[in-house]
Amino acid sequence: MNVFFHIGRFYLLLKRVVGRPEKLSIYWQQYMIECGKVGIGSLLIVLIISMFMGAVITMQTGAMIAESAWIPSYTLGYTTRQSTILEFSPTIICLILAGKVGSNIAGEIGTMRVTEQIDALDIMGVNSASYLIGPKMLATMTMFPFLVIYSMLLSMYGGYLACELIDKLPSPEVYVEGIRYYFEGYTIKYALVKPVVFGFIISMVSSYYGYFTKGGALDVGKASTNAVVTSSILILVFNLIITQLMLI
Amino acid sequence: MIELKNINKSFVGTQILHDINFTFETGKTNLIIGQSGSGKSVLTKCIVGLHEPDSGSVIYDGRNFTQLKNKKRKDIRKEIGMLFQGSALFDFLTVEQNVMFPLTMFTKMSREEMRDRANFCLKRVELENKNHLYPAETSGGMQKRIAIARAIAMNPKYLFCDEPNSGLDPRTSIVIDNLIREITYEYNMTTVVITHDMNSVIEIGDNIMFIYQGHKEWEGNNKEIIKTDNPRILEFVYASSFMKTLKDKLGG
Repeated sequence: MNVFFHIGRFYLLLKRVVGRPEKLSIYWQQYMIECGKVGIGSLLIVLIISMFMGAVITMQTGAMIAESAWIPSYTLGYTTRQSTILEFSPTIICLILAGKVGSNIAGEIGTMRVTEQIDALDIMGVNSASYLIGPKMLATMTMFPFLVIYSMLLSMYGGYLACELIDKLPSPEVYVEGIRYYFEGYTIKYALVKPVVFGFIISMVSSYYGYFTKGGALDVGKASTNAVVTSSILILVFNLIITQLMLI
Repeated sequence: MIELKNINKSFVGTQILHDINFTFETGKTNLIIGQSGSGKSVLTKCIVGLHEPDSGSVIYDGRNFTQLKNKKRKDIRKEIGMLFQGSALFDFLTVEQNVMFPLTMFTKMSREEMRDRANFCLKRVELENKNHLYPAETSGGMQKRIAIARAIAMNPKYLFCDEPNSGLDPRTSIVIDNLIREITYEYNMTTVVITHDMNSVIEIGDNIMFIYQGHKEWEGNNKEIIKTDNPRILEFVYASSFMKTLKDKLGG
């Protein structure tokens, strides 16, 4: 019963979010601000995580390949590329962003709710759901694919650096050969569908928890935690669904 | 003029408001008073449409707000200004942008015209040269005045003030009370103030409704309230030792 209540309320909120904006220019301005917050604000964390992630994938794969004489060395670059494009960059980075962006959205909207700022918007006649959530939703859905592409490049570069710095791994030239081996463009399409869907999940779920916060500071904290946990679970579920639909 | 007709409201089986009837008059400061938990805020939220009453009507100058669809309600909402208990200023906007906010949303004014209007409203509440500060950089009293400036930016016909003096010192409270009264008379607005501050009741109570446990217990004005013999009002008005002493000194 509780689940149906949340699904119904979520749907009604979504209906208000996609409702006609009062003034398009104001929403565009908000959208640009959110793009800056979501996109530029996440560049550093994506850089750090992606570089280390790529290096570790390369080291682990390199260690396994070294044990077998039958697996060619260029498999190292190939494996790093495939795992980065198919899973690590789109899913792991979005899980990290669920923590960073999701908690920020839930905290911001939750605080606005408990300090009556949302009531103030409603009384003025502004569609508060559309004004506050709409630009965030669009910004995450458009910026996440760029962050994922950025992460893919950095992750593969991390692997390259690992090959450069660690003697036991194959040479960087062999690694690059593997990176270029049997590349299928479709994997990029598959990888870019994920951040669009995950961006929607993160922004809407976090906004939902923030928008319906009741109480005070403690409840805003709870809303942020719930937003991150629920978004993460939904990302994993939808990851499975998208993979089933697009790859299998 | 705002008329309330038989307003009832309950939450999860508990009735909060019982058959409230009252008329808030134009050009007067109308007060809703009562103890904490008596239903003042719920009533106000029913009037402005943040809560739906279970039954009854809220009529704004002949327009039945409770029966209107959302789109029509928006038209009335544009005529409402509201001052919240915690000011509810937008943290991410400067003082000037806060006051300009309703203008940017609902008017076709140029940037300069909006700025002029915002400056006029800020000057009206005696807040000049604070335009570029953020709400967090201003005091509680200033925040209330900024919120009043924002509330009057669209020239509203109706002004709601939810406990405008909460958290303010007595001197600043008087400044805010006087400002609300002056603005009401100046713009001929229908002002509704929710308060339990006795000083406000005496200073600006042109038309008062006293709520007790969700029922309208009494109505009158600031002159009548100090003469009434209603025991619940007496209990409310003379709850503080200061008021008791004052009453004794004035000879009852």
